[in-house]
Amino acid sequence: MSKNTSDIVLEVKGVSKRFGGLQALSDVGITIHKGQVYGLIGPNGAGKTTFFNVITGLYTPDGGTFHLGGAPYTPTAVHEVAAAGIARTFQNIRLFPEMTALENVMVGRHVRTHSGLIGAIFRTPAFKAEEQAIARRAQELLDYVGIGKFAEYKARTLSYGDQRRLEIARALATDPKLIALDEPAAGMNATEKVVLRELIDQIRRDGRTILIIEHDVKLMMGLCDRLTVLDYGKQIAEGTAAEVQKNEKVIEAYLGSGHKAH
Amino acid sequence: MTSMHKTKQWIVFGLAAALLLALPLFAAQFGQGWVRIMALALLYVMLALGLNIVVGYAGLLDLGYVAFYAVGAYLYALVASPHLTDNFESLKAAFPNGMHFPIWAVVPIAAAVAAVFGMLLGAPTLKLRGDYLAIVTLGFGEIIRVFMNNLEYPLNITNGPRGISQIDPMHLFGFSFGQPFTLFGHEFPSVTLYYYLFLVLVVFTIIISHRLEVSRIGRAWMAIREDEIAAKAMGLNTRNLKLLAFGMGATFGGVSGAMFASFQGFISPESFTLAESVMIVAMVVLGGIGHIPGVILGALLLSALPEVLRYVAGDVQAITGGRLDAAILRQLLIALAMITIMLVRQRGLWPAPEHGKAAPAAK
Repeated sequence: MSKNTSDIVLEVKGVSKRFGGLQALSDVGITIHKGQVYGLIGPNGAGKTTFFNVITGLYTPDGGTFHLGGAPYTPTAVHEVAAAGIARTFQNIRLFPEMTALENVMVGRHVRTHSGLIGAIFRTPAFKAEEQAIARRAQELLDYVGIGKFAEYKARTLSYGDQRRLEIARALATDPKLIALDEPAAGMNATEKVVLRELIDQIRRDGRTILIIEHDVKLMMGLCDRLTVLDYGKQIAEGTAAEVQKNEKVIEAYLGSGHKAH
Repeated sequence: MTSMHKTKQWIVFGLAAALLLALPLFAAQFGQGWVRIMALALLYVMLALGLNIVVGYAGLLDLGYVAFYAVGAYLYALVASPHLTDNFESLKAAFPNGMHFPIWAVVPIAAAVAAVFGMLLGAPTLKLRGDYLAIVTLGFGEIIRVFMNNLEYPLNITNGPRGISQIDPMHLFGFSFGQPFTLFGHEFPSVTLYYYLFLVLVVFTIIISHRLEVSRIGRAWMAIREDEIAAKAMGLNTRNLKLLAFGMGATFGGVSGAMFASFQGFISPESFTLAESVMIVAMVVLGGIGHIPGVILGALLLSALPEVLRYVAGDVQAITGGRLDAAILRQLLIALAMITIMLVRQRGLWPAPEHGKAAPAAK
C-alpha cells in the first residue's frame, strides 16, 4: 500500500480535550490511509471514547486540526458527521428496534438521498425511483453482511451477532469514507468474535477504511494494520501491531511497571 | 395471481366505498342526530390521524394537539362570520358584503396557518423528551385556549368566552353545504352533505398519512422515535425532522378545526379544552399507535361511543332512580372500557402487525 498523502482518509493533529481538572486528551494525532484498519486501544479511562466522541462531533475539542478525505473537517453537530463521511456504530448496539432490518439500513441511506414531503405525498416518478434505489441498496448491504434473509424481521428480534452486523450494514449505507466501530466485540463470545473478524476483514478487502476502538487487545493485534495506544490521554505508542507490542510503555500501561517483557 | 389480488382489493374498496356512501342515508331513517354523530366521528378520525403523525410516527407525545384544532376553527370563524367586520371599520370597508371565504381558500389557509403554529409551538420543545415534552405541549395547548378566551380587549378579536357565532357553512362555487341539496328527487340534508365532505377529507388524510409512513421522511421520523441518538449518528437532522412532524400533524388539526367551525356554526374556547386533547391522544393510543387502521378504529369508537351511550344511559338512569345521570354514566363506562382495553391489549385494539417472529439465530 503506497503511503503518499493523496490516500489519507482521516488526518487528525494535536487534539486536546479537558474536562474541568481532567486532561482527557493531550496532543493526540492519527493518520489513517485508505484501506487501512486502524486501531485505538488503551486501558480503561485512557481517553479512547473521548477521542472517538471528538471525531464524531459529540464533543468539541479544545484544539486540533482535522482533515477528512483531504478537505478540512470540523465536527460540530452530530448529524453533520455522517454527511461528511464518518459513520459509526455503538458499543451498546443502538438500532431502531421496532423497524425491520431492511428499514434500519434504509434509514442509513437518508443522508445520501433527497426526496421530501412533496415527493412522498404526490408519489412523483423521482420519488418512486429513489425509493426503489434505496430499498435495493439496503438489501444488497444486508446480503453483504450476511443477514439478507432477515430483511423483513424487526431489528430487536435478531440475535446479538446479527444486530451487530445490521448496525455495520446501516453504517455502510451512508457511503462512509471512514467507518468507526466503537468496541464492536463488546459482549461477544469467542465464536462471535471470529465471525466479526471475518466480516471486518471482508469490509477491508473491499477497500473500505475502518477505525476501531476495542478493549480486546488480542483481537486488535491480529486485525489492525496500525494502532495507536492511549494512556491517561496521551498517545504512548503508534505503529504496526508488532511495533506496538514491543513498546515498553505499552507493556507498562497494560501490565504494570513491575512486569518484564519475555 | 397478483392481478387477481388487485381485483380482489378493488372489490373490497368498492364495497367499502358503497357502504360508507350509503351509511348516512340509512342512518337518517333513525333521525338526523345519527348522521351528525357520524360526521363528527369523521372529524375525530382526521384529528387522530394528524396527531398520529406526531405521536405515532415521530414519537413526540403532544398533549396540546387541540390547540391546532382551535387555530383552524378560529381562523375559519374569523374569515367567515360577521364578527370581524362588525368590530373593525377598516375591514368593513374592505369587505362591504362581509367576509365569506370559499372552501378552496379556507383549507389551504387553515392548513398553512396551523402548520406555522405547529412549528412555532414545536420549536421550544425540540430538546425535550417523554414526560417533559408532554407537560410543555400540554401547557402550550392551554395557552392557546386562554388566548382565545381573552383576546377581547383592547381589540375584540375572538369575542372571548362568548365565542363566535353566525359562521358561514362551507361553500364552493355557489354550492353551499348548509342548504339541503336535491339530486334525482332525493333530498340530502345539510348534515349528510357535511358527512360526505368530511369523508373526502378523511380519505385524503389516510392517503397522505400512508404515503408519508412509507417514505424517506416517514422512516426518518420512526428512526427518531426508536433511537434519537442513533438517528443523529446516521446523519438525520432531528431538529428539522421534528419540526416537520409538528407542522405536518398540525396541518390536519387546522383543517379539521375549520370544518368543525363551519359544521357547528358557532365556536367558543370551551370546545378546545385539555380534556379534548387527552381524548385525541386516547384515540391514537387505544386504537394502535402508529397504525392507520387502528387509529381510525380508536377515533370512531371513542367519538361515537359517548353518543351511543347517551341513548342507553337514559334507561340506566331510570333503573337507578336518577342517581346515575347520563353524563356521569357515560364517563364511567368510557373509563371502564379504556382500562379494560389497555389491560387486555396493551398495544391497542388494532396494532401494527408483528412481522417479527423471533429471527432464527445465525449458524
